[in-house]
Amino acid sequence: MIPLSWYVILSAALFTIGVVGVFSRRNIFILLMSIELMLNAANINFIAFSHYLQSLAGQIFVIFVITVAAAEAAVALAIIILIARNRGSVYVDDFNIMKG
Amino acid sequence: MINKLIFFYFAAVILISAILMITRRNPIHSVLFMLLLFFHIAGLFVLLNAEFLAAVQLIVYAGAILILYLFVVMLLNVDKESAAVRANRFWPWMIAFGILIAGEIVLLVLRGTFPANAGQLPMRLGSGVGALGKELYTKYLLPFEIASIVLLVGLVGAVMLAKIKTKE
Repeated sequence: MIPLSWYVILSAALFTIGVVGVFSRRNIFILLMSIELMLNAANINFIAFSHYLQSLAGQIFVIFVITVAAAEAAVALAIIILIARNRGSVYVDDFNIMKG
Repeated sequence: MINKLIFFYFAAVILISAILMITRRNPIHSVLFMLLLFFHIAGLFVLLNAEFLAAVQLIVYAGAILILYLFVVMLLNVDKESAAVRANRFWPWMIAFGILIAGEIVLLVLRGTFPANAGQLPMRLGSGVGALGKELYTKYLLPFEIASIVLLVGLVGAVMLAKIKTKE
């Protein structure tokens, strides 16, 4: 059998890659996909612990995470289309109209 | 033994495609690496006896969310500006920060003890779609309804945002 700690380490590495992607890239699509990456790392953790504890609560929670991710992607992409139309750019450095 | 080999294959492909995903210049390539990553995460779910969630992962994440991303990337035509700078100027600090976080989590996991391997404890509930549905519609009925409201808000919000007229 596969030890639980391997799954936890894999999801920690995946989450860290997502964090680095959010903090270091400029393209807003990569930022959003890095957020999806972090959600997937959490999903791997949930399902590994659900299998380990033989409880279905983790799998139920993953369904809710996927639901929220779908709603978030729809709204976020609508906002991105609006920003790109207004500012003519998809790079987050150019979105500084609230800077004093 | 064969389980561990399959796990190593999935884990290696997941990590490599995640790193490629955040480093590619063209967003379309990033989306395609993300697709590869979602397929292998679904394989990992099958390895953990969550077949229904593997199917949901493929249908919802790969089939709906990622195709939405691909549509918007192609709609905005961003790959023509691909000569711009990829990362902001803090990226070496951020990579060091990420290695620090990952090292901390790995250290904590390795120092903790787990009393059994995954799947060794006795089975309390049946697995599979039937047990999952029964649990979802009895014990977790209220969160399920709240999730449907979240989806409705997402739907209405996306339509409202897309309808706004922008001044030229």
